[in-house]
Amino acid sequence: MRRGAGRRPLDWLLSGDRPGGRVLSLLLLAVLLGLAFAPFLFPGTRPLGVAARICIFIVLAASYDIMLGYTGIASFAHTMFFGMGAYGVAIALAKLPVGWDAVLLGAAAGVALAALVAILIGLLSLRVRAIFFSMITLAVASFALILATELRDLTGGEDGLTFSVPRLLTPGFRLAAEPVLGVRLDGRLVTYYLIFVLSLALFLAMLRIVNSPFGRVLQAIRENEFRAEALGYRTLVYRTLAGALSAALAALAGAMMALLLRYNGPAVTLSFDVMVDILLMVVIGGMGTLYGPVLGAVVLVMAEYYLQPAMAALSRSLAGWPVLPVLFHPDRWLLWLGVLFVLIVYFFPAGIVGSLRRQAR
Amino acid sequence: MSGALARLRAGDWSAYALLPAVMLASLPMMSLSAWLTLTVAGVAMGMMLFLMAAGLTLIFGLMQVFTFAHGAFITLGAYLAVSVLGALAGWSVAGSWWLNLAALGAALVAALIATGAAGYVFERVIIRRVYGEHLRQILITVGGLIIAEQLVVAVWGANPLPLAKPASFRGSIIIAGAAIEKYRLLAAALGLVVYAGLQLLLSRTRVGLLVRAGVENLEMVEALGYRIRRLFIGVFVTGAALAGIGGVMWALYQEVVTRSIGGDMTILIFIILIIGGLGSVGGCFTAAILVGLVTNYVGFLAPKLALGSTIVLMMAVLMWRPRGLFPVGAG
Repeated sequence: MRRGAGRRPLDWLLSGDRPGGRVLSLLLLAVLLGLAFAPFLFPGTRPLGVAARICIFIVLAASYDIMLGYTGIASFAHTMFFGMGAYGVAIALAKLPVGWDAVLLGAAAGVALAALVAILIGLLSLRVRAIFFSMITLAVASFALILATELRDLTGGEDGLTFSVPRLLTPGFRLAAEPVLGVRLDGRLVTYYLIFVLSLALFLAMLRIVNSPFGRVLQAIRENEFRAEALGYRTLVYRTLAGALSAALAALAGAMMALLLRYNGPAVTLSFDVMVDILLMVVIGGMGTLYGPVLGAVVLVMAEYYLQPAMAALSRSLAGWPVLPVLFHPDRWLLWLGVLFVLIVYFFPAGIVGSLRRQAR
Repeated sequence: MSGALARLRAGDWSAYALLPAVMLASLPMMSLSAWLTLTVAGVAMGMMLFLMAAGLTLIFGLMQVFTFAHGAFITLGAYLAVSVLGALAGWSVAGSWWLNLAALGAALVAALIATGAAGYVFERVIIRRVYGEHLRQILITVGGLIIAEQLVVAVWGANPLPLAKPASFRGSIIIAGAAIEKYRLLAAALGLVVYAGLQLLLSRTRVGLLVRAGVENLEMVEALGYRIRRLFIGVFVTGAALAGIGGVMWALYQEVVTRSIGGDMTILIFIILIIGGLGSVGGCFTAAILVGLVTNYVGFLAPKLALGSTIVLMMAVLMWRPRGLFPVGAG
């Protein structure tokens, strides 16, 4: 795999980690093109918001996969890091004069805090049994949620913070007077493309990381931590670094989320529901391959927005039957994703991507 | 393993002294009557937490099974309390002490049977396939938790349901100038009975001996020809049933049932398990009361910090004793 790197531009871009399999490549190409031309393919405010969420969640889920899929550690604090980035930008824009310097400062503070806390949690796991790790991350994450709701002066408490973004990103801003291909070139479009380009760059950077020697050590830790340690790798250092990296990337995703929504609150970025979403994305898409979270994020965000109307129709058509209308009630969409999740963990541990790759062989 | 035994024999006084130390340290910060009220409230809360956590510590300890779905049994128990007490509304509002107790008993028995059965199904369908694989256990039980929560919402609806205590258990009695809620005394009594029962079971019966031996060293017990897996099903079912009872008691204490009741308690339960030491029923009991007391004291002194304080407590204990206050087994 490494021989290809540096020769062809595509392999250089993907760090030699090709999707593998024609179906999978076509699917990913469709996602890439769909997101790249989303404003022109699916005009309107709502589809643009959905596309931006997909971009952000791709980064968030992929960064979680570095921990879960590559290093084999289940952390439940990923939303906390996501929230730190979002609150960093939100607080900076709400308290400081609005401008790009505030955005950068807030994002940098959020990323630094996330990395620092991740390192502290990693060092704590030096002292405790490894099996406590998941439970401790859950407790720390709920502590962060409490802090965010209680520190009302700083975070706006339960209501969250609404703030202005730099003028370039506001809906009122016009890049050009005339629409291009029927799409107005306004601040929303600029916001979307900012998020898209950043997400793509972060995704490619993560591909580079997991395919580097560092990434190989992480996979060695996943397969057999004892053996990796016996080979001379300081597994604690690698684990902690992986955690800090994953946390920093999640914070960047959070910063993008804040810029997109021009609002941040505990329910949007810190709640356990977001954590469940991330987990579903990574596992359904395929753990241990960064392409998995891409497909998982697309499936889950689309399901969130478009599965409910479909289920409403199904539920209505089943009206005569007992129980079934209740189970297919539009609010039960998470039930079916939960069932899908369990089935995938049992029967297709490698998720969509793993199954498609195996078929291609 | 032998280290833990030796320490117990040597009299591990500092871990035991923590509970009285916390009680005494909080005394100067408040009036005596407030302290008495809070202490009883804390002990009662701790007893309810113990009911919910006791099974889980054995499940972790015996088979090293990591389940994040324990909260689902608590939620199920809580909603069953709403249904049973709703159906027996006549008994519940009656002035008679015995009818009130019968209504509560019916709710407890219903929860015991239903969550025990649910625990059996959960063990056979979900847990059995992932013995020994920690990451998949965590994932699969989170999946199971999502499904269980959604099913509960499908049956009982998404809105919080009010739940009134049976008439005789409302109000409080005054002891030494301190108001003490009757229900808290009842919850504390039930917790004590269950604790005593569990300890008797574990220390005086053959099954209990095998469970304790399994927690200490699973492979050795299996090598001696005992089927630990079959025993584990029993432990899992018992743990689920206890969580169901805990759910009933907690729901009545809160007087409202929400679908997140189990998930909220799960965090506290994990804190208790970590503080107490995995696999130790006695440690779980001490840690539960410790968490209950700290929550109530801090909740009185600085209401905003209540849940946060238990997390700080957990961190402090981990710094002091990385394996919990009363560690068991080879780990």
